[in-house]
Amino acid sequence: MEFSRRETLALGLGAAALTMLPMRVMAAADDAIAAFTGGADMSDAGVTLDAPEIAENGNTVPVSVSAPGAVSILVLAAGNPTPGVAQFNFGEASGEQSASTRIRLAGTQDVIAIAKMADGSFAKASSTVKVTIGGCGG
Amino acid sequence: MISRRDFLQVSMAASALYGASGFGNWGRLAAQQKLTQDELLQFDTFGNVSLIHITDIHAQLKPIYFREPEINLGVGDARGQVPHVTGADFRKLYGVNDGSASQYALTYNDFTSLAQTYGRVGGLDRVATVINAIRADRPDAILLDGGDTWHGSYTCYKTEGQDMVNVMNALNPDAMTFHWEFTLGSERVQEIVENLPFAALGQNIFDAEWDEPTELFPPYKMFERGGSKIAVIGQAFPYMPIANPGWMFPEYSFGIRDERMQEMVDEVRALGAEVVVVLSHNGFDVDKKMAGKVTGIDVILSGHTHDALPEPVLVGETIIVASGSNGKFVSRVDLDVRDGRMMGFKHKLIPIFSDVIEPDAQVAALIDEQRAPYLSELTEVIGKSDSLLYRRGNFNGTWDDLICDALIQERDADISMSPGVRWGPSILPGQDITREDIFNVTSMSYGKAYRSEMTGEFIHVIMEDVADNLFNTDPYYQQGGDMVRVGGMGYRIDITKPQGSRISEMTLLKTGELIDPAKTYVVAGWASVNEGTEGPQIWDVVESHIRKQGTVSVAPNNSVTVVGA
Repeated sequence: MEFSRRETLALGLGAAALTMLPMRVMAAADDAIAAFTGGADMSDAGVTLDAPEIAENGNTVPVSVSAPGAVSILVLAAGNPTPGVAQFNFGEASGEQSASTRIRLAGTQDVIAIAKMADGSFAKASSTVKVTIGGCGG
Repeated sequence: MISRRDFLQVSMAASALYGASGFGNWGRLAAQQKLTQDELLQFDTFGNVSLIHITDIHAQLKPIYFREPEINLGVGDARGQVPHVTGADFRKLYGVNDGSASQYALTYNDFTSLAQTYGRVGGLDRVATVINAIRADRPDAILLDGGDTWHGSYTCYKTEGQDMVNVMNALNPDAMTFHWEFTLGSERVQEIVENLPFAALGQNIFDAEWDEPTELFPPYKMFERGGSKIAVIGQAFPYMPIANPGWMFPEYSFGIRDERMQEMVDEVRALGAEVVVVLSHNGFDVDKKMAGKVTGIDVILSGHTHDALPEPVLVGETIIVASGSNGKFVSRVDLDVRDGRMMGFKHKLIPIFSDVIEPDAQVAALIDEQRAPYLSELTEVIGKSDSLLYRRGNFNGTWDDLICDALIQERDADISMSPGVRWGPSILPGQDITREDIFNVTSMSYGKAYRSEMTGEFIHVIMEDVADNLFNTDPYYQQGGDMVRVGGMGYRIDITKPQGSRISEMTLLKTGELIDPAKTYVVAGWASVNEGTEGPQIWDVVESHIRKQGTVSVAPNNSVTVVGA
């Protein structure tokens, strides 16, 4: 657990920033969700979000989403300064409605996937990804 | 018709009440000083399949002392549940008599006096005798190594794991999974694994670049034993690149990946597996959660958190077996496989009392051969201890207090930090401390002792981060170590709070003043996961400190106040 002064400062700032984040950032995520769904109710079933419980590297976290029958899937990192990660749109000829990407996470936060189905309904899945200093295990 | 779950519960009850595991029996015999090898190994062969499990040996080739934890707190659903039961509560739960060999093997109380009565535990030559005896009963028994094998001693460090590979190969395991092995560096791990005469399994060992399975570490292996098809699925430690230095094995990615575990269970069932065994390095609470999420696992052989349990824990229709650490125990699990499924089991946690179990001559000679080139360095006496030195426990152990003290003295620091690892044998009061003993509690491939400046605020961030690795109520967010050990600073921890609000009242012990978030402190520590860490090796720091003391005494440590336990 050694940190250079720069890393220490960066982490210290990160921690400080995190403690201030939730209200403002969650509001940004909520705005993005409202813009996508128009405020419609979201089902808990229908979209699968695959993300690690603890990120091996917060700068590049693999995330996969899948929602059979979806026309569009929105992926948000609720705790990032800019929550929008990606919106995957699927045409009628799509063989399957799934996608994978890697995202950068500013700190421990919820990653959210919202699928818009062909019938206009919405489904949501969310997963907490922890970003940790590490060390001291085992 | 009786359900399979009923069958399993009958097996559990038999194990608990009638001593089918032999556990109650050897406890009483031991109290009468009549413990014999035959009694330790006594087992009425059951069913048609036998599993032998050993895990977390941490390169302990020779018998050692190992004190089990006094404090091992569970949070959330695990609060007060096995394995978070210690001392008298543990003995009551399992019917272990006070003063018995079982008390000595399984709990911490009266450790020093019981150690003098019952002697050292472990030694892979004794383990070999136990394995051979089980194979005499059941020649096609499956021997499974749960990992943390090629790490943790002087000779293992010097030979980069070769001593352990040589000795384990002589025991002829059928499969293995991994954790600390990867801290040898990916090149060395690949070199060893390519030549292993048994399966190297890990359904969760992935290629980091492509996030896809590797060829070197297949997810499972199928065995045909006792007329049944048995699948063994490997589960490596999920958080290796986080808890250990990921830069040493950047090609690999891990994670729990329980959805893939389900796919693998379904796949082996489709291939005709009648029994599914998971050889796991998840840690006990993670295994419990996984057993509740993944359906179709019959047996989880659990490693990583070093728990030794006299009986399996039943989650749904899955039994979880925990076999201790440091070569102290071997588990034997006999299975009755009928009509394409597991219908019952019989289990025994066999303690390796080194004075009772005869060493296997061949393996004993092989062990001595590994040690011969290093014998004079290994056996050099550095000092002596007046105190019982141990490590296991959630917050501090006397070994770590000594290491933290060495860091402060030798590195001229305000505060010191020592990783909350769970390996490392104990030293009895009056015992000499050799170089080997120091390596047994410090050996690793990233052991450099750093000296760094940190703000009070940042020290708090570290403490909260590590505390959450241990006390997050969701086991999937736990990494399986204990709390970072701290020298020169006291603190209060409320284990029931969320991350960010568990740690308070951080106090600099030398002044009695509260830690100032804005102030900078000199912190010495070791086992940094960061690349390029500079400083002397921790074992040299500790050796120098002990030499200066001559005889070390470790005063009781009351600097951590635990709330919510």
